[in-house]
Amino acid sequence: MIEQLLYAIEVSLNGLMTGILYSLVALGFVLIFKASGVFNYAQGIMVLFAALTLVGLQSGQVPFAHLINAIFGTHIYNFGWNLPAVAAIALSAVVMVVLAMAVEKFILKFLINQEPVILFMATIGLAYFLEGFGELMWGGEIKAIDLPLPVGISDTVERVTYDHFGYGFFIDRLDVAAACVAAVLVLSLVLFFQYSKIGRALRAVADDHQAALSVGISLRYIWVVIWSIAGIVGLAAGIMWGAKSGVQFSLSLIALKALPVLMLGGFTSIPGAILGGIIIGVGEKLFDFFMNPVIGGATENWFAYVLALVFLVFRPQGLFGEKIIERV
Amino acid sequence: MKLKATAAALICALAAPVAHADLVIPWLGYRTGPFSPGGIPTGDGFHDYMTLLNERDGGIGGVRVQVIDCETAYNTQKGVECYESTKGQGSLVYQPLSTGITYQLIPKGTAEGIPILSSGYGRTAAANGRYFPWVFNFPAHYWDGASIAIKHILDLNGGDIAGKKVTLVHLNAAYGREPIPTLEELAKIHGFEVDFVPIDFASSQEQKSQWLDIRRKKPDYILMWGWGIMNAVAVQEAANIRFPLENFIGIWWSGSENDVLPAGERAHGYKALALHRPGTDAPIFDDLQKHVFDKGLASGTGEHSGTVLYNRGAYGAMLTAEAIKTAQEIHGVADITPAMMRDGLENLVITEEKMAANGFPNFGPPFAVSCENHGGDGKAWIQQWDAHAKEWKLVSDLIQSDKELINRLVLEDAEKYAAENNIEPREC
Repeated sequence: MIEQLLYAIEVSLNGLMTGILYSLVALGFVLIFKASGVFNYAQGIMVLFAALTLVGLQSGQVPFAHLINAIFGTHIYNFGWNLPAVAAIALSAVVMVVLAMAVEKFILKFLINQEPVILFMATIGLAYFLEGFGELMWGGEIKAIDLPLPVGISDTVERVTYDHFGYGFFIDRLDVAAACVAAVLVLSLVLFFQYSKIGRALRAVADDHQAALSVGISLRYIWVVIWSIAGIVGLAAGIMWGAKSGVQFSLSLIALKALPVLMLGGFTSIPGAILGGIIIGVGEKLFDFFMNPVIGGATENWFAYVLALVFLVFRPQGLFGEKIIERV
Repeated sequence: MKLKATAAALICALAAPVAHADLVIPWLGYRTGPFSPGGIPTGDGFHDYMTLLNERDGGIGGVRVQVIDCETAYNTQKGVECYESTKGQGSLVYQPLSTGITYQLIPKGTAEGIPILSSGYGRTAAANGRYFPWVFNFPAHYWDGASIAIKHILDLNGGDIAGKKVTLVHLNAAYGREPIPTLEELAKIHGFEVDFVPIDFASSQEQKSQWLDIRRKKPDYILMWGWGIMNAVAVQEAANIRFPLENFIGIWWSGSENDVLPAGERAHGYKALALHRPGTDAPIFDDLQKHVFDKGLASGTGEHSGTVLYNRGAYGAMLTAEAIKTAQEIHGVADITPAMMRDGLENLVITEEKMAANGFPNFGPPFAVSCENHGGDGKAWIQQWDAHAKEWKLVSDLIQSDKELINRLVLEDAEKYAAENNIEPREC
């Protein structure tokens, strides 16, 4: 019995860490939804694109090498450099800012004051474009992330818990690092939104596009800022998830896990994304732990959605989402 | 007027029956989607070998090979669409590169007289040619794989694994569930405990629950039937829980560079079954360099050459070409039909001499196909990842599966399939 309790605590702790990793992906969605009321379908692909860019820049890969070689008959693949991690991350962040500017210039500026569903459809198109563009730019092969991230079981946690409980808990050091990154990101974002001038402008745009425009807030500038931040958050998520599995196309599918997190936490709340992620993470792990012997495992695929649906019944706006009442 | 004439010419060209001047081989591959890291090198290997035959030998028996690419993205529905859209182009044999697509194409190919070749994947019971005359899965299938993995474990334990715990980590799909009946049967015979851990594809990036469960249960050995990102994450998680990776053995679809490189040094020692040799030591790679890569005709960039999945594609192309040659010899014509191709596949004999003559000496197991046996001889190596050298190394001789047991299980499953589908077995 005690053993089962210890196992359940271990599972919960791991669920907590995993949930924070889910939140990292969900944060990108929340940021863009907050500022423009758009559910950004391309956020998962942005995570992949950011990670591909990081690995490509760091390892000196020539972008569009296959295309260049095919057209000009050359054989160039690599610049021959290996950038330090910090420089590679900074350059990748710059690329994400450029991407945000391109998205605003070529897509969003034509859709000001359009229905949210139009903007949503545009992000679907963007997702497909980025998917192909990313592969064309950096290739479709699996790439390993070469950053000095801690990985593997934490010996300290294992030893301490073994000394106290007679059972050593498993905690992945990468998950702990991801939790720290998420904490720093969330804190920075909350401070930015609450106390900076741009942050206040962002909130104004989120409330009403036209009203914000009427008081002189540049909607286009705000959109570039928010898409840039979402891209940089995507980069953080891409690094953490990419460190687990290598950078490959499947990385974008992690967005599927962000959906129930958003439904739970609310589409407009940064703390909601974190709490939603934690509830989903802990919930799915505990459910699998208790139900695995009964129904045979592989429950995580659907459990998060069932939990989110149950929440929707009782609280459609999510835990921290804004209750929207519209007159008709 | 000019426009009308052009339109009429275009309509005539589209409506005219395709002249089968080439040996048409559809390639139902995937260069996009979540499984593209596996599909790209496999497709490159297959295409490059066929290009080599065209460039060096002028095709097979004097007829050029035309590989028709159709992108499935590893999606069963798209795979079926590919079959439907290419079957009228004189397609000789379908290689679906997916167990799910194979399952769908088995009844179609059988009804329409086009052979299906699913080397090392697909429906295991198709190894019985009496019930599946149009389907082939040589040189070995999943149940051979399960038996070979257990035989390797037996070898490591002096032939006694009674009381040992073996866990199968598998993709929760038709492919991943394939070895379960064989492992249950082998567990009864050898007295080991077997446990199954399914992982849904959508959750394969986050496998913490499964690996915490494995850590608590402390199995002696872990087998893996995974594909795509699931493999890389599983190897990483096994290293995370400090499971001895030399006791972690994947099927041949869980044993490529893609599966171990993301874990870096920590993947050292991981094992997998091997249907063929990895690396570029075979003379065929010199020919590929000279006739394909140097001429700029490579399907990709040639950079995958020598990787496990590239070699799988090239080896599969060699087997296909040998089956075409066999068909041409049997029927005395160079421009063969799908029915003749089926005969070629059914009478295929791969000897060491043939492999050496093709530039693949000792590259795969010698085997023979027959009317009753469409699954080959069921042999494979064990390969182990050397993370320092970043290469796979064969660490065993060819291991023969427990054919007596496997053939019995295959027959039982084939009979069940025949009963469900009202199929009369043919005489062999």
